[in-house]
Amino acid sequence: MKVPVNWVKDYTDINVSVKELADMMTMTGSKVEEIITLGEDISNVVVGRILSVDRHPDADKLVVCSVDVGQETVQIVTGAPNVEAGQLVPVALHGARLPGGVTIKRGKLRGVESQGMLCSGEELMLKEEDYPGAGVNGILILKEDYAPGMDIKEALDLGGEAIDFEITSNRPDCLSIIGIAREIAITCGTEFRMPEVSLKAGVGDINEELAVRVENPDLCPRYMARVVKDVKVGPSPQWMRRRLAAAGIRPINNIVDITNYVMLEMGQPMHAFDIEDIEGRTIVVRNARPGETIKTLDDKDRQLTEDMLVIADVKKPIAVAGVMGGANSEITEKTKCIVFESALFNAPSVRLTSKALGLRSESSMRFEKGLDINTVALALDRAAQLVQELGAGTVVNGMLDVLSASLEKRTISVRWNRINELLGLSLTVDTICGILARVGIETDVQGDTLTAVIPTYRNDIEGAADLAEEVARVYGYDKIPMTLMEGSAARGQRSRKEKLLSCVKNRLTGAGLYEVVTYSFTSPDIYRAIGYTDPAEYPQAVKIANPLGEDQSIMRTTLLPSILEVLSRNYNRRISSCRIFEINPVFLPKSLPLTELPDEVLTLAIGEYGNDTDFYTLKGVIEEVADLLGLGDRLCFERSSHPALHHGRTAQILLDGKPVGFMGEVHPKVLENFQLDVRSCVAELDLQTLLDTANTEKQYKALPRFPAVNRDLALIVDKKVTAAQIEKVIKGKGGKILEAVELFDIYEGKQIPEGCKSMAYSLTYRASDRTLVDDEVNAVHQKIVNALEAELGARLR
Amino acid sequence: MREKLEQIRLEAVQALEKLNSLNELEDFRVRFLGKKGELTLLLREMGSLPADERPVMGRIANEIRAFLENELETKTAVLKEAELRQKLESEAIDVTVPGKRPAAGKLHPLTTVLNELKDIFLGMGFEVAEGPEVEYDYYNFEALNIPKNHPARDVQDTFYINDNILLRTHTSPVQVRVMESQKPPIKIIVPGRVYRSDEVDATHSPIFHQIEGLVVDKGITMGDLKGVLDVFAKALFGPETRTKFRPHHFPFTEPSAEVDVSCAICHGAGCRVCSYTGWIEILGAGMVHPKVLQYAGIDPEEYSGFAFGMGLDRIANIKYGIDDIRLLFENDIRFLKQF
Ligand SMILES: [Zn+2]
Repeated sequence: MKVPVNWVKDYTDINVSVKELADMMTMTGSKVEEIITLGEDISNVVVGRILSVDRHPDADKLVVCSVDVGQETVQIVTGAPNVEAGQLVPVALHGARLPGGVTIKRGKLRGVESQGMLCSGEELMLKEEDYPGAGVNGILILKEDYAPGMDIKEALDLGGEAIDFEITSNRPDCLSIIGIAREIAITCGTEFRMPEVSLKAGVGDINEELAVRVENPDLCPRYMARVVKDVKVGPSPQWMRRRLAAAGIRPINNIVDITNYVMLEMGQPMHAFDIEDIEGRTIVVRNARPGETIKTLDDKDRQLTEDMLVIADVKKPIAVAGVMGGANSEITEKTKCIVFESALFNAPSVRLTSKALGLRSESSMRFEKGLDINTVALALDRAAQLVQELGAGTVVNGMLDVLSASLEKRTISVRWNRINELLGLSLTVDTICGILARVGIETDVQGDTLTAVIPTYRNDIEGAADLAEEVARVYGYDKIPMTLMEGSAARGQRSRKEKLLSCVKNRLTGAGLYEVVTYSFTSPDIYRAIGYTDPAEYPQAVKIANPLGEDQSIMRTTLLPSILEVLSRNYNRRISSCRIFEINPVFLPKSLPLTELPDEVLTLAIGEYGNDTDFYTLKGVIEEVADLLGLGDRLCFERSSHPALHHGRTAQILLDGKPVGFMGEVHPKVLENFQLDVRSCVAELDLQTLLDTANTEKQYKALPRFPAVNRDLALIVDKKVTAAQIEKVIKGKGGKILEAVELFDIYEGKQIPEGCKSMAYSLTYRASDRTLVDDEVNAVHQKIVNALEAELGARLR
Repeated sequence: MREKLEQIRLEAVQALEKLNSLNELEDFRVRFLGKKGELTLLLREMGSLPADERPVMGRIANEIRAFLENELETKTAVLKEAELRQKLESEAIDVTVPGKRPAAGKLHPLTTVLNELKDIFLGMGFEVAEGPEVEYDYYNFEALNIPKNHPARDVQDTFYINDNILLRTHTSPVQVRVMESQKPPIKIIVPGRVYRSDEVDATHSPIFHQIEGLVVDKGITMGDLKGVLDVFAKALFGPETRTKFRPHHFPFTEPSAEVDVSCAICHGAGCRVCSYTGWIEILGAGMVHPKVLQYAGIDPEEYSGFAFGMGLDRIANIKYGIDDIRLLFENDIRFLKQF
């Protein structure tokens, strides 16, 4: 809400500087966004009277003017076609600054001295609507009688300051100059003066001109109208245009300007219709009929629906109630008789309509917050008064008022000390009542109970908490002492899940991985990019009804694409090695369309390329995490397949035999889809399940007291035989004395038969209660060798 | 005999001074103290001495032996020390060559900042609560005193899944979920990811992170809110940090406040980071609205509470001087390495 300081001064005095005022207002709840200095870019431009106009001796298109600028008479050369002796014009003197950073200096034009410049409207950044004549090609001719030498900013009211306030949605009353004036008075302790609204006697009787019928009083608790005859549509006076412009509203013509002026001043949106366009001279406030349309003032055709409230005549809608007028009843140059509308419309209804039509206006943004039922009448009279003051027409006697709600102030009763209890203050009841009186709330105290009479423009005040806020903001938030609550002993601690999560993240960073954070929504096309070929097989995903774009329209069901995107971004920025992880939920709908919330499954995804990373380095990281969670023995990896992965290098990860994730090298085609020209490995795990299953209880195991016996075992096996198979046989036959099995070499090539590989193990034997003898170890070792030969066709190398 | 002994002592002392290496020391020992050394050989001649001289000569000879052994030991120690010193010197390396680092990654700056915030609030006795990101309209709006068609819904442009389900626009729904399931006293913080349909730019992201706080008990006051947030701000930005509470409006708190902290960069003098105001707005806060307590089944006459919320991404940006929120989601390794 842009508030010109000079305007608000009509209703209250300002006894501090604008900067101080801004700071004080911010601290009482009207936050100042910006102080705007108007006309800042114009200096040393004054009113001048042209005394004479002579031909330039050496240029046909130039003239030499002698101009009275108050203290002196200067000579100025100009090429403008419209100058005549006797005119008042803006003169930029030597050293003047104009909008756009132009500086004027004296100089010679075709040999003749020029001590400045006569300005056009454009050069002063004025438009036709700012000042009639500002739009013509040539010098701006001033119509009023100003004294030569007067600063042009003063003459045209281009200076001063405006304060831009951020008005919160609970204070629509502050979307007005008087609302802000009231707040200034509260803040500075000055007097608030309501504009005096009085009308001179008019002509005729409104009942002979117009009828109003409200068919849906729920959506329109009050509708008022006045009629003005003999209207002379034309520009409104300078002072009104300047005030509108300074508040950010474009001046149009006197009638429209009056409606906007009253809206800004009182906060009550108004509308003016040409009565000739109201068929049957009857205004009907009703819901739109099926299929009805209207062309609004912004020249767009709007499709109306039955839940929308319209202002209509006996045949057609002429306005969308509270949102925008129709082009069919617009005020034009030819308009002779008008209807002023001042009404109260249901806030949610206006909001819904405005949203459905995609049409927000100064009017709708006020109505949708809920306005004052009493201001409706005041504003209507104010508009009629302005018509009389401006001589814009003849007001017809009387007004129509269709009212279905109470005009009475509400009262609320609270335990007055509750205000102190909420704020942590100990104000006396007199202090509280004094502050409330300052904000316009009358009070009556009986014992513990305070009864407050709430002004009708404060629909936001409902109970003790609201009164507490009024007291606090006037008393001063900064005067509330800081305390630390007492009460039950503090017992802040991290949950089990949080502790585990923190351990996992630290283990991963300790292993050299960087944590990344990516968006949770993605494109439905991402499944194609990660190797799914048949859309029927795409995972079911939660779809956003109003996404920013199709590429961010589903909630991700896998972190894999995000990880690949980050790898790709780094790769394409020439980062030679990248090892990353992300921990965030994936969203798995129980059924579609969604009727209950989807499962949010905390997921760990890892990706790596470069620096000696391969399948096994990634697998090692996962094994470390599993060990950390006490799940190392319960996790196993099985060869598997996944659309995104190299089919020879993919493992499914199982916990106690149930799948909890997968890992592998990324499929070359998927790499290509992500512009990755480097082998990359990824993994994705259901971290939720891992954390839920985790067992981090530790139990000390005695250190061995007897020596171990080590035996190596070099096998040649068929390539298809897996390490897991071999280990299973070894462990199966190793019995109690087999302490550890470690695979230390895999070799294929020279000296190994085609289709075979060599696998070398180191076996550790130990007994906890004695030193093992060779014979005992040899027997077990031989059993293992025999079993490997029998079950897996292995041979000793 | 005595002369000979003195002669040996003299020669030995002179030889001793010239010794420079452990090898020479060994030669010396062999020459004087060895089995065939001069002293030993001389002592063998003791038999030819008169019986009354023998004890005297024996004593002198033993004195010399003890003296030489002692000298030898001292000298050996000195030479060994010197030799070791020389060896170490020859092994000197260039200590300015960069170290061999273990491969270590880093937590994302958002995690690091969140951990710091959690620690501050845990220290004040708060517990951490969480809730779903895909949320019911009821918890996100309705139960927070933002009914359908309330203008406050415009402030938070919302991603909807359908009429009843949406992507939460703040972490506040968790307040309601906790109040529904737990009796006061309640003292929680709620970190989490939130969604608003803002187009991406340097200061906006459709996905960002909040941390929210809620305290509900008997006798909780706005003074407590101010006290807790002041302690928090000083813990996060330094002990000289000041806080400023300005009246504001949120549908779910009443009275409400926006909270500024004094700029940690310029300490209030004004700089680019604080737009030359000396203050940085970081928090929204207030006393829990009685209707919100009622919705959750808590009697607002008996209990009161306060709530506050802040943007984690914004705090991280302020703390690290990051000028573009997009960097947090880009995950360039060169960026992540810096924290
Ligand atoms: Zn600063």
